[in-house]
Amino acid sequence: MKEEIFVSGRMNHLVDPHLNIWHWEIPLYLFLGGLAAGILFFAALYFINGKEDQYPTAVKRTPILAPILLIIGLLALFFDLRHKLYFWQLYTHIKLQSPMSWGAWTLMVITPVSFIWSALYIREFFPNWDWKYNWIKEVEKFLQQYKKVIAWIMLIYAVILGIYTGILLSAFNARPLWNTSILGPLFLASGLSAGAAVTLIMSKSPEERKRFAQIDLIIIGIELFLIIHMFMGFLASTQVQIDAANLFLGGPYTMAFWIFVVILGMLLPAALEIMELRKFHIPAIVPAILVLFGSLMLRFIFVNAGQMSRWLY
Amino acid sequence: MRYAMAVDTKKCVGCSDCVVACQTENNVPIGYCREWVVEVMAGTYPQLEMEIRSERCNHCVNAPCVRCCPTGASHFSDGGIVLVDPKKCIGCGACIASCPYDARYPHPDGHVDKCTFCIHRIKNGLEPACASVCPTKCIYFGDMDDPNSNVSVVLKKRKFKTLIPEAGTDPQLYFLI
Repeated sequence: MKEEIFVSGRMNHLVDPHLNIWHWEIPLYLFLGGLAAGILFFAALYFINGKEDQYPTAVKRTPILAPILLIIGLLALFFDLRHKLYFWQLYTHIKLQSPMSWGAWTLMVITPVSFIWSALYIREFFPNWDWKYNWIKEVEKFLQQYKKVIAWIMLIYAVILGIYTGILLSAFNARPLWNTSILGPLFLASGLSAGAAVTLIMSKSPEERKRFAQIDLIIIGIELFLIIHMFMGFLASTQVQIDAANLFLGGPYTMAFWIFVVILGMLLPAALEIMELRKFHIPAIVPAILVLFGSLMLRFIFVNAGQMSRWLY
Repeated sequence: MRYAMAVDTKKCVGCSDCVVACQTENNVPIGYCREWVVEVMAGTYPQLEMEIRSERCNHCVNAPCVRCCPTGASHFSDGGIVLVDPKKCIGCGACIASCPYDARYPHPDGHVDKCTFCIHRIKNGLEPACASVCPTKCIYFGDMDDPNSNVSVVLKKRKFKTLIPEAGTDPQLYFLI
């Protein structure tokens, strides 16, 4: 048998023995960004379809969370930077090949749009809201006319935001676990599922709840398909990607991934939602919380496990 | 112009003089290194084979770190040398995650740091610090576009390899084998 002993003199902090450069900030942001993308996507979709009154929670109420989630996410991103005072450099450059640059500019568009959307529906929460200044009222009147345009921008940028949270990782070929194009659609699906879950929690209309439980079920199905597809791709690929897949197939992340993400975050809520659709009484909050938890864990596990996967040479 | 480096794994004894020279020349913070020595022992006793490599940034032609940098702080300088501009670096860590050789590290000052091929010395007609101190003269440095440069000549005469060429980075750090 040929054995190999590898001794390296390098011991750089946060790089060795394996990469550990991204901690809780990045996965938290990926979760919040994906969740905000999901919320805004459904709001824009049903507004454009003219179903504002059929699904009022999704269009008018849940979007108020989006700016809050995005601001917390942006703060997390800011905490992650090590050269904080130079953060503005993100907005003096456009780098088409850098997913992070795309992300920074996408946030620059969708954060203000989410604020505008929430402001237009502020009377849902405060019926007697008064903007006080005349010029703000003028601006509001102006924006009300162009709500459809705003909804389209929101729809498109929500998809970009949702998919970019995955592409951010998949663009790194140095980390074989991340380096799969499935990650973009998987993170988008997970974000949409989380967005639907928030509507399930906040909605009081049985019709809306039924529709979003159905949506959530379909998305969970897509997620499971993507996960199986991802492992098939890894296992049919090169040794480094087989090793990456093995982090989840017997390696250190096996239990965390299959229990927290797949069973608790997908299979169990899907089963509960099916039971609810079959008229069993299940509190809607239970599957919804499980979906949100699974979505968060998916990000944490992928960001951490990806940093352990590497090329061997 | 295309700067490149070749390290003779048959002559390298793993003394780490290059590592110390680099740390001294470039004021590398304590506990970090831009350059390091790797020893690979392979086989079964008594048929053993040892390879010693002095490793550093590969100054790739298709550098993933330059591609993924959101601010342009990681950039190509003269002769394809990959540099980080600390005044543009936001310390996001994307380039560190993107490097298949893990050749970059977060500097305690916040920005990202890495081997510069001692560009400040090259500009003055000197060799990089690691090459100039090597007691076995196993580090060759020069311009790949010049057929008479140190590195071109030795790469014509000897067999060589690069590290993980399948990562598609087109590395410019060669190892003579």
